[in-house]
Amino acid sequence: MSDMRKVVIDPLIDNNPITLQMLGICSALAVTTALLPALLMCAALISVTALSAAAISLIRNRIPNNIRIIVQMTIIASLVILTDQLLRAYAFETSKQLSVFVGLIITNCIVLGRAEAFAMKNPVGVSFLDGLGNGLGYSLILIAVATLRELFGAGTLLGYPILELTQDGGWYQANGLMLLPPSAFFIIGLLIWVIRSWRTQQVEDPDYQIHEVHRTDVY
Amino acid sequence: MSDKKTFDRDSISNTLFVAIGLSLICSVLVASAAIVLKPVQLKNQEEYRQRIILEVAGLMVPGGNIAELFATVQPDTVEIASGESVEIYLARENGELAQIILPISGPGLWSTMRGYLSLAPDGNTVKGIRFYEHGETPGLGDQIDKADWRELWVGKRLYGDDNVPRIEVIRGFVQREGNPNVMYQIDGLSGATLTGNGVTKLVRHWTGPEGFGPYLETYQ
Repeated sequence: MSDMRKVVIDPLIDNNPITLQMLGICSALAVTTALLPALLMCAALISVTALSAAAISLIRNRIPNNIRIIVQMTIIASLVILTDQLLRAYAFETSKQLSVFVGLIITNCIVLGRAEAFAMKNPVGVSFLDGLGNGLGYSLILIAVATLRELFGAGTLLGYPILELTQDGGWYQANGLMLLPPSAFFIIGLLIWVIRSWRTQQVEDPDYQIHEVHRTDVY
Repeated sequence: MSDKKTFDRDSISNTLFVAIGLSLICSVLVASAAIVLKPVQLKNQEEYRQRIILEVAGLMVPGGNIAELFATVQPDTVEIASGESVEIYLARENGELAQIILPISGPGLWSTMRGYLSLAPDGNTVKGIRFYEHGETPGLGDQIDKADWRELWVGKRLYGDDNVPRIEVIRGFVQREGNPNVMYQIDGLSGATLTGNGVTKLVRHWTGPEGFGPYLETYQ
């Protein structure tokens, strides 16, 4: 049972898909200008990662090796289309804001990455939880970034005013940079810094090191 | 090993079986979702179209009931040169005609753009433009939805003295001073020249002789 829990909890901080595995950065930059679309994107991604992992794991012993990536992509793509259709039916306005990014879940490395690395080798239940955990890990970062960006960029959260803007007679001057994609880059960078200062085992060894070389060493 | 003998998942028959079976299951899933959800999606799209009409005319109240507000806009039909009847909308203020709302559509960069153009009762001054359906590049062409850019259209003129549409989305910024064409020109969108050209073409088409040109002349 503790194994099961580890599968879900691990990807939240210790093995987070965004801050440690560096996957899914593209959509994390694009859909985090406001909290509501970010939440919807999280829900869409969690359902796709969890369900595709379960479906792939279910037929893992039948999937022929030479077409396995195609099989995985077909399952993922079908689930993404289903999600997209559901959003268009029941969350029309927000799905317009998400534009292409729901469709792009197909190419989100987290989904295929977990399918190939985990679901192909593990039973259905654990694979589902692994998908769920990785989806949640992605969501955690997305929600953190979107909260910061909407709060400091527009002074609102989920559309409700929190900081009173100067243009409405308040005290807070909205930071326009927060609404542009680069700010998400900075925020994710800072988050990675914070997480790695706290969990030092995540710090990678440098690929190159500067050290003094004496002429005699060369000759 | 004995398992391997009875079942070889890399065999041609199993490969074909998995490929065909999976395609069938997935296509049935996707197709049935599309069919089942279609009515709800169409209803959403229709409501969105009505909202765009209200927004282009500046009649949308935040949190207002779209169906109720839409009932205040009066539909009318205009026969264009091809003999086709096209539905337009007239917005009145205190009984007097305030805006003429015309449907516009035409090719953008990737697909057909559909929207509405709102004109003042002189049939020449633009009051607003808004697209409700397009497939322009996210981040580049889809800036046609941005409020800042749509604002640039307000107050521009469609026709010169000769009644030929002269309105144009140019490349770069419109020269504001000493430019005789300033009232016909709209700033281009960087990275979206082709989308801008598409908008110019479709607005000129729909306000020209093949579109609502003859109808709008009756207002001048």
